[in-house]
Amino acid sequence: MACEQWQAQLDSYLDGELSAEAMRSLDAHLRTCPACTADALSRVQFKRSIKAAAGGRFAPSPEFRAKIQKSIAAKPRWNWSFGWKLATAALALVLFAGAVTFYVGKQNLERQQFYTELADLHVATLGSANPVDVISTDRHTVKPWFQGKIPFSFNLPELQGTDFTLLGGRVAYVGQSSGAHLIYQIRKHEISVFILPAAGSAALFDGDSKVERRQTFNVEDWTQGGLRYAVFGDSSPDDIQKLSALLKSAAAGK
Amino acid sequence: MLTADNCGRAGLFPKFRKIQCIKSSSKICFSGGNKWGFGRFTLVCVAPTPQPATFEELAMPLFEQLYNFAHWLSKNREEAEDLVQETYAKALRGFSSYQPGTNFRAWMYRILRNTFLTSRTGLKATMTVPLETDEDGPVVVVPDSQTPESILLDRSNQQVLQDALQELPLHYREVLLLCEVEEMSYQEIADTLGIPAGTVMSRLSRARAALRGIVREKLKGAQKG
Repeated sequence: MACEQWQAQLDSYLDGELSAEAMRSLDAHLRTCPACTADALSRVQFKRSIKAAAGGRFAPSPEFRAKIQKSIAAKPRWNWSFGWKLATAALALVLFAGAVTFYVGKQNLERQQFYTELADLHVATLGSANPVDVISTDRHTVKPWFQGKIPFSFNLPELQGTDFTLLGGRVAYVGQSSGAHLIYQIRKHEISVFILPAAGSAALFDGDSKVERRQTFNVEDWTQGGLRYAVFGDSSPDDIQKLSALLKSAAAGK
Repeated sequence: MLTADNCGRAGLFPKFRKIQCIKSSSKICFSGGNKWGFGRFTLVCVAPTPQPATFEELAMPLFEQLYNFAHWLSKNREEAEDLVQETYAKALRGFSSYQPGTNFRAWMYRILRNTFLTSRTGLKATMTVPLETDEDGPVVVVPDSQTPESILLDRSNQQVLQDALQELPLHYREVLLLCEVEEMSYQEIADTLGIPAGTVMSRLSRARAALRGIVREKLKGAQKG
């Protein structure tokens, strides 16, 4: 190959763009040809002087750099998607909080209505000429009387040695289900005990077995053995608690 | 993170007597059987994919080079600043269309160059330079032994080369700058300028020859003067 042909490849060779094979043969030629070697050397120097003369010839001012940096740093790439995520999360939170508030409010209202219903029953029963349908102080008379009238059975406590007296019982309809309404007496105060199936009314009670004040009455309610118990009266919280404790141990079969 | 090392040593799977770790490009798979020799299992731990770089992380390292290139194109500080600013703004807007893994540098230079070509100075530069029609034709090679490149290594003569580069037509100047200063491959230059890779080679040859010619003229004039 003539030297002109080799020289035609020199620029690509120095730019590193020749194939490995072409590069090897040009290498071999350069080792034997002083003219082409001189040419290559001259081209290398030319390349270097262009790089030296033009590279970094113009430098931007630090102010301009800061300006550009600021203009692009203010808007990172994920800005939009992040904003959307944030907005979605905020909206979801608001909806969730709204739903919870609504649900809790609704439940509170229903509970309130339920306790009002119990209070009405309690007051109406005591004000009636015949407050109870089965008049007996004997729990062994009262309990069987309910057989066939309500869809469950329950145990009543032995009251011997306590201040409580059983006056009798009647069937009560609360929250669209039938249950037992028992009336006890202590020191002239009458206390209503409601026993209802837990399934329909569980959500309507607040569930914690504590004496609370509702509608000016003291109330304790709890769930036991699939039944809801509510002890309702105007006597002291202490009495309500005592009667509840008796009912709880009777229901537990002790 | 589970690795081939710690899964065996830490005894994460003590029931499994034999654990082979197979590493593929993006995930590490463990497979083996229990000590009774049945119930083969395969556990695939996908390596965390690297967080894609932000625009700022990719673009700011190119700032000095882009500015230098812009100044060489526009020959003017103010215009160079406008050009760079517009390039960064355009690139940021279009960053969603940039495909990660492709050549970001060529992408940025292409935006800068296109912005320049549509600027007033750029339009003037392209209009005054006649486009060569025979770019892909054979290039006449002149043996390089007579050219005074060795003189150019002298610092005092750098000015001559800089002036010569400024005089060079735009399409020669840009291709030379991308090759010699930015040290781009022919393919990168082709991507930046939007021309075939073969054209890059011939255009570079012409540009070098033209630059040598101008330098030679200048040195001759200087000797006379």
